[in-house]
Amino acid sequence: MNLRKSYPEQPERIYFFGTCLIDILYPEAGLAGMQLIRREGVDVIYPLNQTCCGQPAWNSGYRDEAREVAAAQMACFPEDYPIVVPSGSCAGMLRQHYPALFAGTPQQDAAQAFSERVFELTEFLSRVLKIKLNDLGKPVKVALHVSCSARREMGVANEHQSLLQQLSNVELVEQERKEECCGFGGTFAVKHAQISAAMVEEKATALVASGADALVSGDCGCLLNIAGHLEYRKAQLPGSHIASFLWERTNAAEG
Amino acid sequence: MQQKVEFHDRAGKALHNPQIRSNFRYAMDGLMLKRLRSFPDLDELNRLRLRSAEIRANALARLPELLEQLEARCRENGIQVHWAETAEQANEIVLGIMNRHGAKLLIKGKSMVSEEMELNHYLEQHGIECLESDLGEYILQLAGEPPSHIVAPAIHKSRQQVAQLFKEKFPDIPYSDDVDTLTRNARDILRRKFYEAPVGLSGVNFAVAETGTICLVENEGNGRMCTTIPPVHIAVTGIEKVVEKLSDVPPLLSILPRSATGQHITTYFNMISSPRKPDEKDGPDEVHLLLLDNGRSHIYKDAELIATLRCIRCGACMNHCPVYARIGGHAYGTTIPGPIGSILEPQKAGLDQLGELATASTLCGACGEVCPVRIPIPELLNRLRFERVRQDHTGATRGQGGQRDPWEARIWKAWSWVHANPMLYRLSMRMATGLRWLLPNRLGPWTSVRTAPRPAAKSLHTLAREKGFDHE
Repeated sequence: MNLRKSYPEQPERIYFFGTCLIDILYPEAGLAGMQLIRREGVDVIYPLNQTCCGQPAWNSGYRDEAREVAAAQMACFPEDYPIVVPSGSCAGMLRQHYPALFAGTPQQDAAQAFSERVFELTEFLSRVLKIKLNDLGKPVKVALHVSCSARREMGVANEHQSLLQQLSNVELVEQERKEECCGFGGTFAVKHAQISAAMVEEKATALVASGADALVSGDCGCLLNIAGHLEYRKAQLPGSHIASFLWERTNAAEG
Repeated sequence: MQQKVEFHDRAGKALHNPQIRSNFRYAMDGLMLKRLRSFPDLDELNRLRLRSAEIRANALARLPELLEQLEARCRENGIQVHWAETAEQANEIVLGIMNRHGAKLLIKGKSMVSEEMELNHYLEQHGIECLESDLGEYILQLAGEPPSHIVAPAIHKSRQQVAQLFKEKFPDIPYSDDVDTLTRNARDILRRKFYEAPVGLSGVNFAVAETGTICLVENEGNGRMCTTIPPVHIAVTGIEKVVEKLSDVPPLLSILPRSATGQHITTYFNMISSPRKPDEKDGPDEVHLLLLDNGRSHIYKDAELIATLRCIRCGACMNHCPVYARIGGHAYGTTIPGPIGSILEPQKAGLDQLGELATASTLCGACGEVCPVRIPIPELLNRLRFERVRQDHTGATRGQGGQRDPWEARIWKAWSWVHANPMLYRLSMRMATGLRWLLPNRLGPWTSVRTAPRPAAKSLHTLAREKGFDHE
């Protein structure tokens, strides 16, 4: 169930919001996302003053602290270009929660206008760019984990799936309870570590049982959690961000 | 922070109890599937959710007025209306009615408000026996346990565990773990009690202001027996259960059982509009409606949090909650568990007492997605996380700021300082990437089941600059 009713035509240029997790832990995913967009003939700008969307503080109840960080982000994207985000979770923050975060402040209208320019990466690739992917990779079985924010806040589960389905040598396999949360939840994983552990253990077990050769997700929070646990239990199931996965399989130089 | 310790302990125990884990997983999987099958048409579901949310929101917007109307109509119909601000007052009112009739036995249909009041305990202290007649509640009364789910109170017990309990409590009855046999045995025991009890008690699903009608949804027929056989019937409800008109009931009745158990309609639906009239063959001589506030009017005062009170107690949020499915209802330590409990109970008891529950969620959104009255549970959890640490003391929420931890607050302050200053942020990224092999392999609870995250050699900021993405 996508939240947007209509999508704009392909723009000349876009802003890329890389997210803090990708910046430090999965930079290749951010780079892949930008390269996928640039390959379609769109200029991509990565403003160097961006940091984090502010979600960690927002979800922990520290709204003043979140607002300060959020205001600094809005200042990084001054032109009216679309803002593409390689994460359902951070896109959800920018798109769904910025208006609430700034409600009743002088920046209320600016936050509303800003939020309407935000696109999650897979929806931008498939709905705006109408990208056509040519799979150059070897046959592989893939399990897709759609983050809860991508699925429920941004409504882009179908966009994730349809991009992978364009890849002719990729067979999508389904893990049991694929719609259930992996147990990350940001600070939840630390505050309620035992519950989080129980959730990720079951998620990983289902993924291993699916027979997949690789795990793909559009959110690095989930990847950090699930792939971190798979590695901990020494399961042979590597995880990658959907942007890296798509880029690696469709880019002739790396294929 | 006592509650925090208790919640962690109880959740931890539940997580390490394979029987609890499998009982809940099995039951929740079944309930989710049943709900899914009962809404084959998603457009119809969405229309019905919108309509139901509107009905409940409208009723809450006019709550004081509708409650007065409800009281007036009930009185016209011959129903006696009582108001209680606290659970203690509500218990006293029930005791008063029992005493006026010299009643020593109360037979009860399922009522979560009576659980909230801890009515059984209170009456037993005053020499009055309470008997639960809902099968699940009866099982729990035998076991001496509180409900772990609001619709299926004994869901944490397997069939075999119930059979074992019956064997211990009723050694004369031959052992069986067949569900039908167990149900028949319980029915035989309970049936006689309906004729003996001078007073019956029930909950309320909807109280119709327009007509003064008490609506009761149930599956076992025990609700109907509790409200028709004893000469006195007491209905207990929270003040939020009022709806404006009789025509509001069908949409709610259509969505409630489907959301709860996947049934299109419950086996029984009772509409109680007065005591027995002279020409009627059955029904009680006296009907009492007890309206309990117990913190609800505080919730009512907040324009956003008032949505908490829309709840029609279907339990769909707990059935779909990945946290509830793993720790079960008892871990929450509250009358109402699961996502709705985590927003309702801290507001009633105060965030200083129960605010920790608002953090016991990944904010995955499964609860909000299935809620039949569209309570934005994740947003309200987020709001309560704010309320529990805010310092300005504005608004009506109880125990506001009561769980602010100065150390945690300082960490967020520092976090904000770094992330609102691009220079500082880039400096910290350079340190993290540069010193990445020096970072520890053990990171507290995170690495108890996961490897430690390892910063990349170059941040995306660096890569973007190298590949020319940093300018137009």
